[in-house]
Amino acid sequence: MDVLLILVPCSLALGLLALVAFVWTLRSHQYDDLEGDQMRALDEYEAAPAPKD
Amino acid sequence: MSVTTTVCPGCAGTDRELRAAGRMPDVPTHDLILPTIHCLDCMRRVETALLQQPGVTAARVNLSRKRVAIAAEPGTDPAPWIAALNAIGFEAHEARAASGTANDSGLVLRLGIAGFAMMNVTLLSVAVWSGASDATRDLFHWIAALIAIPAALYCAQPFFDSARGALSRWQLNMDVPISLAIILACALSLYETMNSGAHAYFDAALSLTFFLLGGRVLEARMRSTARSAASDLAALEPRRVTRIEDGERISRSIDEIVVCDQLCLAAGSRVPVDGMLVSDSVQLDRSALTGESEPVSITEGSPVSAGEVALTGPVTIEASAVGEASSLRRMVQLASMAEAARNRYTALADRAAKLYAPLVHGLSFAAFVGWAWATGDFHKAAMIAISTLIITCPCALGLAVPAVSTVATGRLFRMGVLVKSETALERLAEIDTVFFDKTGTLTESALDIPDELEPSDRAILKTLASASMHPLSRSLLPALEDIPETPLDHIEEHTGQGVSAMADKTPVCLGSGAWLGTAAGTALRIGERVIPLTRIERPLPEARNLVETLQAQGLPVHLLTGDTVGNAERTAQKLGVDAVHAGMTPDEKLALVEKTQTKGARVLMVGDGLNDTLALTAAWASMAPGAALEASQNAADAVILSGRMAAMVDALRVARSARRRILENFGLAATYNAISIPLALAGFATPLMAALAMSTSSILVTLNALRAR
Repeated sequence: MDVLLILVPCSLALGLLALVAFVWTLRSHQYDDLEGDQMRALDEYEAAPAPKD
Repeated sequence: MSVTTTVCPGCAGTDRELRAAGRMPDVPTHDLILPTIHCLDCMRRVETALLQQPGVTAARVNLSRKRVAIAAEPGTDPAPWIAALNAIGFEAHEARAASGTANDSGLVLRLGIAGFAMMNVTLLSVAVWSGASDATRDLFHWIAALIAIPAALYCAQPFFDSARGALSRWQLNMDVPISLAIILACALSLYETMNSGAHAYFDAALSLTFFLLGGRVLEARMRSTARSAASDLAALEPRRVTRIEDGERISRSIDEIVVCDQLCLAAGSRVPVDGMLVSDSVQLDRSALTGESEPVSITEGSPVSAGEVALTGPVTIEASAVGEASSLRRMVQLASMAEAARNRYTALADRAAKLYAPLVHGLSFAAFVGWAWATGDFHKAAMIAISTLIITCPCALGLAVPAVSTVATGRLFRMGVLVKSETALERLAEIDTVFFDKTGTLTESALDIPDELEPSDRAILKTLASASMHPLSRSLLPALEDIPETPLDHIEEHTGQGVSAMADKTPVCLGSGAWLGTAAGTALRIGERVIPLTRIERPLPEARNLVETLQAQGLPVHLLTGDTVGNAERTAQKLGVDAVHAGMTPDEKLALVEKTQTKGARVLMVGDGLNDTLALTAAWASMAPGAALEASQNAADAVILSGRMAAMVDALRVARSARRRILENFGLAATYNAISIPLALAGFATPLMAALAMSTSSILVTLNALRAR
């Protein structure tokens, strides 16, 4: 059962990491425009070289 | 492993514009409303077009809210940007204030923390359920307590606040049993943990908080979308007016206008403030205020009211009452007074809570007394009473309404119907009579072509009419469908005046009477001949169909109008409505709605004018078209943004379907309780059972909500 001493803190740390990541996404406004962002994900425009016109 | 931002080599060469496009401005200074955007391409084109404008440093479209946030010098006039967007085919309006971000982030943060805590605690609980015992179990319970108690206390704050509010008014709402269950679950589990007990309900307390917060977040999102869409509608009102300053015409925000300012109005624009006519004469469309369809001519020195439309122009008016004092505002205030009447409606969820809370509290109390009396074991009795309270906790009930409303209002929003009030869907589902205001909802203004007009002249008229986007000129086209167009040279549109062209060296014009030198409102000129075109009112193409569909659903349709009996009867006959009430003042409309409702009917009022505002507020439910005045839209429960009145039928259908889903969800929650309550009362409830039952019922209710269509 000694392994619990490592595993329990590990699982908690991972959970906390996810929570921190979540707070970061929330702070950087990633939930403000869900509809728009699901489309932007498919956008090749920014990844491709800029068209010269 | 470190997390770094992926940089695509291709991006290195992009210029400033492309990098700034799509990035959220740190401090947006301007917000534009873009009612017509709907896809990635739209977003991209809007952002690139805006960044090509001088002074714009960043622009980002928010598709969910149909807005674009722009960073530029504060105070810059957005008129050129709007013009640039119009030029590439996007309708754009200035929003009243640069909006911040959605203000539900506090709730979302709580939801996230509750989710984190729930997952970790459940993980520990799974170990306990699968057989951890003695010291290991106690250790796990202690760790769970360490996570669960602070998390639950923080995350359930919104429920505690609301429950405290209700209790301080000596009322019971849904949040009272919720708060009690969360607090008791934590307290009981802590007690058990300290005494090395077998059952701790920490995970139940957290999943309860998590699921219920989910419902709250959905509700808040829906409300803020509706609110921002509603304030966007308000922005369609004239925000910029042309003020004459030392003989020069300068575009100003409406808030800057003071009494005695001279304002210049183009033909077809809405009068922004109350005032007095300075020009010689003007024709006014007063239908929004009075309901009469005939234009009214007034002369110099006569008063004009905000909300009227100048049909001829340009004209100059002198402001006499602005802002809160103007007649438009007074109407809005009247409407908000009438609104109080509507708040008496009790939402289905509240009615369920009224039944639910006493029942559950009664049962747990009875369980405590019963077990204490039967066994004399107070600890066991308290255990059972509390587990009853936890297991019956309204997870499913709390989600039943918001999940359905979110799905239904979202679906309607995509169909172009904005649902503004929280109980609107429920009330729309219950209506049994439909009252229509005539002008603007079932009819439109059109120009009548004289019968004696020659076919060759009709051909010229058709070409001229199709050259302009003005609604009146568009209204000519259906009557000219089978006439071939004549090719014309030098077609030119003169803003606020009309269209001119050359037909074989003969100058031809279609435009306002004042421009063509005739008394008529609108006329066609071919060479020296002037043919006046009279404004008539005709039913919208889809109106008859709409009325028939509603009647087929068993809803009697009445026509209410401030117009004369003759006009009203004519329209009524064309549409085949069940009853017509003509010559109604706003108060009479209100009285009619109230009288019909005291007889037990539930009226849906559909209207767009200021004269309908009172009736809209008094009716059981109400709708207004997107082109209606702000005051009417404020008063209405639902606004049809698409301009397609047939969307009304969709709205009624979705509302009825949503109501059915809500009732089904209550049924599901009741069934689940019917099974779990006896088990809990008999003392068989375990934390594992509570966890399973809670998540299953919540998921079932959410899935059922998706069926609202």
